[in-house]
Amino acid sequence: MSRSNAELQLDEAGRLLHFLTIDGLGKEMLTEILDTAEGFTGVSERTIKKVPLCRGKVVANLFFETSTRTRTTFELAAKRLSADVLNLNISASATSKGETLLDTLRNLEAMHVDMFVVRHASTGAAHFIAQHADRGVGVINAGDGRHAHPTQAMLDMFTIRRHKREFVGLRVAIVGDILHSRVARSQILALNSLGVSEVRVVAPRTLLPADARSLGVHVYHDMDEGIRDVDVIIMLRLQKERMKGALLPSEHEYFSLFGLTERRLALADSEAIVMHPGPINRGVEMDSQVADGSKSVILQQVSYGIAIRMAVISMVIGTQNLRMQDVAV
Amino acid sequence: MNSNTKNFMDTEAVESLIDVMAGKIWTLLNERGISDPLTVGIRTGGVWLAELLHQELGLKEPLGTLDISFYRDDFTRIGMNPEVHPSDLPIPVDDRHIVLVDDVLHTGRTIRAALNEIFDYGRPSSIILATLVDRPGRELPIQPDVVGLHPVLEPDQHITLIGPDPLGLVIGTNTNRSSRNLEQE
Amino acid sequence: MKKKKNISILGGRVIDPANDIDRVTDLHITSGKILAVGESPEGFQPDHTIDATGQVVCPGIIDLCAHLREPGAEHKATIASETAAATSGGITTLCCPPDTHPVIDTPAVTGQIRHKARKAGFCRLLPQGAVTHDLDGSRLSEMAALKSAGCVAVTNAYTPLANTLVQRRAMEYAATFGLLTIIRPEDQYLSNHGCAHEGRVADRMGLLGIPEAAETVAVARDLALAETTGAVIHFQTLSSASAARTMAWAKREGRRVSADVAIHQLHLTEMDLEGFDSNFHVRPPLRTDTDRDGLRDAVANNVIQVICSDHQPHEADAKAAPFPDTEPGISGLETLLPLTLKLVEQDVMDLSSAIARLTCGPAEILGLPLGTLSPGRAADICIYDPEQRWFVGADALLSRGKNTPFQGWEMPARVTHTLLKGRLVYSLAINE
Repeated sequence: MSRSNAELQLDEAGRLLHFLTIDGLGKEMLTEILDTAEGFTGVSERTIKKVPLCRGKVVANLFFETSTRTRTTFELAAKRLSADVLNLNISASATSKGETLLDTLRNLEAMHVDMFVVRHASTGAAHFIAQHADRGVGVINAGDGRHAHPTQAMLDMFTIRRHKREFVGLRVAIVGDILHSRVARSQILALNSLGVSEVRVVAPRTLLPADARSLGVHVYHDMDEGIRDVDVIIMLRLQKERMKGALLPSEHEYFSLFGLTERRLALADSEAIVMHPGPINRGVEMDSQVADGSKSVILQQVSYGIAIRMAVISMVIGTQNLRMQDVAV
Repeated sequence: MNSNTKNFMDTEAVESLIDVMAGKIWTLLNERGISDPLTVGIRTGGVWLAELLHQELGLKEPLGTLDISFYRDDFTRIGMNPEVHPSDLPIPVDDRHIVLVDDVLHTGRTIRAALNEIFDYGRPSSIILATLVDRPGRELPIQPDVVGLHPVLEPDQHITLIGPDPLGLVIGTNTNRSSRNLEQE
Repeated sequence: MKKKKNISILGGRVIDPANDIDRVTDLHITSGKILAVGESPEGFQPDHTIDATGQVVCPGIIDLCAHLREPGAEHKATIASETAAATSGGITTLCCPPDTHPVIDTPAVTGQIRHKARKAGFCRLLPQGAVTHDLDGSRLSEMAALKSAGCVAVTNAYTPLANTLVQRRAMEYAATFGLLTIIRPEDQYLSNHGCAHEGRVADRMGLLGIPEAAETVAVARDLALAETTGAVIHFQTLSSASAARTMAWAKREGRRVSADVAIHQLHLTEMDLEGFDSNFHVRPPLRTDTDRDGLRDAVANNVIQVICSDHQPHEADAKAAPFPDTEPGISGLETLLPLTLKLVEQDVMDLSSAIARLTCGPAEILGLPLGTLSPGRAADICIYDPEQRWFVGADALLSRGKNTPFQGWEMPARVTHTLLKGRLVYSLAINE
C-alpha cells in the first residue's frame, strides 16, 4: 500500500529511516541533517580522516546510471564513517538479461548489505527499493529520474547556510532546465521548507513544467529580471541532448538569453553567491569568469557534499540499527 | 532529564571543587615538567569545566573541545545523536601534552571514545585525565589523574553537572531510559 | 451446474432500464431466454427457482473493454480464468481488444478466441478486431472477414493511428461494412512516453506527464474525420473533463459518436499517485479531481453512456518496478459493478442509470440485442445483494491479475448469481 513520504522516511520517533526525498521531512529534520553535517566537516581536515561510527556496516552504491562525481562522494563519505563500500555499476545489462530490480535487490540483501545508495534513471526507483528492502536496510536516493536528488539539495542548503547564516529573508533564483531536473525539484522543496523569502525559477517555457508556480516558485522568463537583487543564484546543468530536440533552438541562443555573465551577475545582490551542481558547461550555462570568480562557491559545494552524505548515511544507519533492536527485543 | 532529581551541590561548592582540581593539575604538571599543555574538554559539561580550569591555570594555548558522538560504542543501540557538534582541536596534538577534562567519570566509555578521537588527530606525548566527579561503576580500566569529588552513590543513581551558568551538581534516580536519552554516564 | 429448462427468479427487485422497469417482482426464463417479468405465464412450471428476496435482478453486465491476455500473455491471465472471474462480477458479455499476440487481425485468431470462450462457457466473448494489420498503423486489416468471423468492432487499441490519412481510410472502410470504429484517443506525440497526468502532481513527483491535450487533440481530430467519412465511432476510456465536454457538444450536434469511461477514472485521481504505488499506473492516466467530477457528470447525463472495466490483469512482476517502468492497467472485472454502485451511494446518479451504463448502454453501441430483460432476449442475468458489503483484497479476486488499487476499499454490494443464456454460471453460495 502506498505510504506518505513522511511515513516512509521517518520512524515513530521522527528519526530518519530512509532518505528518498525532501518532501515530507519538515524543517526540523532538514536542520538536523545540516547540523549533523556540520559535525562532520572537521573530519576531512584531520590526520586520520575517518570516524569509527559505521564500522562493520556495508554500504552498497547501486548505480544504474553512471555518475562518477556523486558515486565518488558517497563512497568517500561511507569510507570516512569506516563503512565498507560496494560499488555496483549496473548498466542496463543486468535488467536486459531479464533480472528485475527486485532480483538485484534480493541478491545484494543476501550478502547482508546494510544500506543502498541508489541512482536510477526512473522516477520512484529509490522509493520502490525502500518499500521492498528488508527491515534494517536503509536506502538513500542518489537521484531518481526527474524526481529527487535530496543529498545534492542538502549540500546546496549547507553551502547557502555557511555563506548566509540564515535562510529567512533570502531570495534564491534557480536558472535553467527546471522541467527535467531532479536537483531543482529537491532544492525548491528544501528552500521553501527552510523558509527562504522567495524562490524564483528562470527559464524558457519549454524547460518549465506547465504549472511551475504550483511548485511554490515565482516564474521568470527574463534572466535580468529573474536574478535582480537575489542573494543566491543556482545554475542548473543543461544536458546537451536537450539542445537537439524541440526544446531549445541552440546553445548560442540559450547562453545569450539565460547564460550567467559578469554583467548579469552585477544585477544580483552585491554579496550574492553562485552555485552549480556540476559539471558545468562553460559558455552554455555560465562564463568561465563567473564559474571561477569570487562569488562562485561551486568547489565548496563539492567538499560539503561529503559532510552531508556522512550525515545522512550515519543518521539512517543509526535509525535502522534501532529498528533491528526493536525486532530483537 | 528524569523527574526525581535533587540538588546536590550549588555553584559555590562546585567552584571550590574546581579550585581544588586546578591546584592538583598544577602540581601534577609541575611534577611532570609540563609547561604548556593543551586543555581539551568533552562536550558538554567537560567543556564548561575546561574553560574554568583553563582560565584559572592561566594557560596560553587555545582550548579544544571534543564531541565524542562519532566514537560512541552505543551507536548501534541509540542511533545518531541529533545534537552533534564539530570537535575542535585548534592546534595539532602531535607531541603535545593534553589535559582532558570531563564532568563525571562513570563507566569509562566516554573517556575511551575521547581517547580514540584524540588519536585520530595525531599522537600526543601524554594525556592527563581530570574529572569533577569520580563515581563507582567502572566498566573499563580507566582511572582519572585528578578528581574533584568521590561521591557515594547507589547503582541506580546518577549524578549530573548542570550549567553553564550557574553550575551545579544534581542527583537523580534512573527511570526507564527512552531510546533517545543520550546520557551515557 | 446442470442446465434447467425453466427457471423462476422470485421476489427480487427487478431493474431493467431499457424497459423502464424497477419493481419487486418475479422473472421467468425458459430455454435460455427471458419469458416474462411479473406473473408467470399460464402453464409455466419452473424446474428450478432462485429466491431473490432482498436482492437486485438486472441484465447481465456487458464490459466493453477487458484485456484477457490470451493468446500471447497466458502468464498474466487466460480466457478461461478471466471469463470465470467476470461472472463473479455479474458480467455476461466481454469485449476484448485486439492487442494480443498474435493480434486479432485474422478470422483465424478471432475464431480461436471465440472458441476458447465457448469452451470455457462462462461469458459471451465479443472480440474487437484490429483496424490495421498487426496493429502496424498503416495496412488496413481484412475488416469484412473479421466481421463475419465475429468481431463486433475494429480498433487499433493502445496504438491509435498517428497517420490521419490512414485513420480516414480506416473509418471509411469500416463504415462500408457497418463496423463500429473504436478509438482510444491519444496523440502519441503529445503523450511522449509519459506515465501520469501532466499537472501539479506529476510536476512535483518528477513523473513524465501526459497532457490532457493528448486526449482532446485526438478526440477533436477523429470527430472531424468521422464527420467527413460518415463513420460511427466510439471513444474508449476517456479521461478528461474537457473530452467529456466535447462529447456533450458532439451529441448536441447529433454526431454519431459515443464514449465510455473506465470505472477507476470515476473514483481515483492523480493525487493517488503519491507514494508511487504502481497499481495506480493506468493509461490514460488518472487526472485531476475536476476531470473526475466532469467525467462523473458526463456519465450521469448519459453523455458517456458506458462504464467499462478496462480490465488489465498483470503478473506480480509487471508491477514490481519503479512506477514509470511498470505496465499500466488495473485488474477490474470484479470491481466494475460494485464501484459503479458506489457512485449511486455517492449520489452521482440513480440506480437505474447506473445499471443502464453497464447493460443497455453498451448493448446499444454494439447494436446487439443484449442488456435488457425483454421477453425473447437471451437470459443473461445478474443478481446481486445490495446489503452484502465486502472488502477488496488480492485474495478476494478470482482474476489471475491481483493488481488492484482498490485494495482495502469497501464494496457496497456483492453478486450472488450470474446466468448466461439461462444457465447458472456463477453462484456465490457455491463459490464460498
